[in-house]
Amino acid sequence: MVVSITFKLETPFKMHQRTFSAALLKLDCEKEMARIETVMRETVLRQFRKKGVVLGMSGGVDSSVVAAMAVRILGKERVFGLLMPERDSAGDTLSLSKLMAEHLGIEYATEDISPILEVVGCYRRRDEAIRRVIPEYAEGDKNKIALPALGDKQSYRLFKVVVQHKDGRLAEANLDLKSYLGIVAATNFKQRTRKMLEYYYADSMNFAVAGTPNRLEYDQGFFVKLGDGTADIKPIAHLYKTQVYQMAEFLKLPEIIRSRPPTTDTYSLPQSQEEFYFSLPYDKMDQVLYGKNNGYSAAEIGQGMGLSAEQVERVLADIEGKRKVANYLHAAPAVVEDIR
Amino acid sequence: MNYTNEIREFIVSSFLFGDRASLQDDTSLLDSGIVDSTGILELITFLEDTYKLKIEPEETIPDNLDSINKVVRFLSERQAKVA
Repeated sequence: MVVSITFKLETPFKMHQRTFSAALLKLDCEKEMARIETVMRETVLRQFRKKGVVLGMSGGVDSSVVAAMAVRILGKERVFGLLMPERDSAGDTLSLSKLMAEHLGIEYATEDISPILEVVGCYRRRDEAIRRVIPEYAEGDKNKIALPALGDKQSYRLFKVVVQHKDGRLAEANLDLKSYLGIVAATNFKQRTRKMLEYYYADSMNFAVAGTPNRLEYDQGFFVKLGDGTADIKPIAHLYKTQVYQMAEFLKLPEIIRSRPPTTDTYSLPQSQEEFYFSLPYDKMDQVLYGKNNGYSAAEIGQGMGLSAEQVERVLADIEGKRKVANYLHAAPAVVEDIR
Repeated sequence: MNYTNEIREFIVSSFLFGDRASLQDDTSLLDSGIVDSTGILELITFLEDTYKLKIEPEETIPDNLDSINKVVRFLSERQAKVA
């Protein structure tokens, strides 16, 4: 008697074999440094034929890690730091960026960009946009724009502006299209002005410009086109923010840098990155993004994070939506035919 | 009022640049990628300016705005409240 046994594959083939958890983001820092070193030497020194790198330093963990990596790979004489505060910068931005530059022993320059921003009308244009929805907004009041948290229900996350008047009173208003675009366009001057100065120094020293976005920012379009989105090399764009913090520890960055919470440092009221852009705190965004990038289902991701599959689905939809917007931010100029 | 045609024309001209084939009355504007978060603001501005109404923050939900059918239903309900 011949017995025929047929096995039916019940489970779809998975890219992964490991159960989803935060531990999947654990990085082999030594190995990763070697990988980044190869790319940095090959591109900056051999391909671009530049003598070193310039980078803007905000005192945040991303720019601090990139600076430390560059010093380790190229030597401190080939790394130049630019500290570029403006009148809305957080009080500790300048001191932390200076601390980091001196910790690394690199040459640096401080350029207060407030005068440039005044002349180009950054503050005036932003304030005019705010006054469309909060007419009593006065010069010297503090402001930020914020998104509502990703709620339990499906809803649009629409920006509002929050204002703190000089007497401490708070006011907020939902932004209509013109006000939202007006505020973003005006504040984008800040990132673009900084990039302009980075390239000035880079050109004058025959250096390349190092950008400092992490993977979450790069993937999700959390940057300004021709502002912080522009650079010759982006050494940590492939690292999740969680991994950037691991590298910060591996590179022995000062504790005060490693423990500073991520901010946008763009508005005069303190603004967290999840208020401005992301659905969740960065460590949770990293996990969802990692899960999406590595073929885990919403249920698997949720189980590993203590969230429902439905909550994860909403974050995944938000990620996908932002990726579509990021296409424009990443796009090279369109040309009619292949020129080179 | 023929909300359906007016809203369809607005979406086709503002987001589809004349390509109306991809838009049905029940097409999800978000899921299909026709409208993003800035586009929602554009839609809200169009509805407020065209129909002289104020859309409150609690009304800016997909149930009211995510397809032509849903927008038409939302506008009809608002019209009925005023009448």
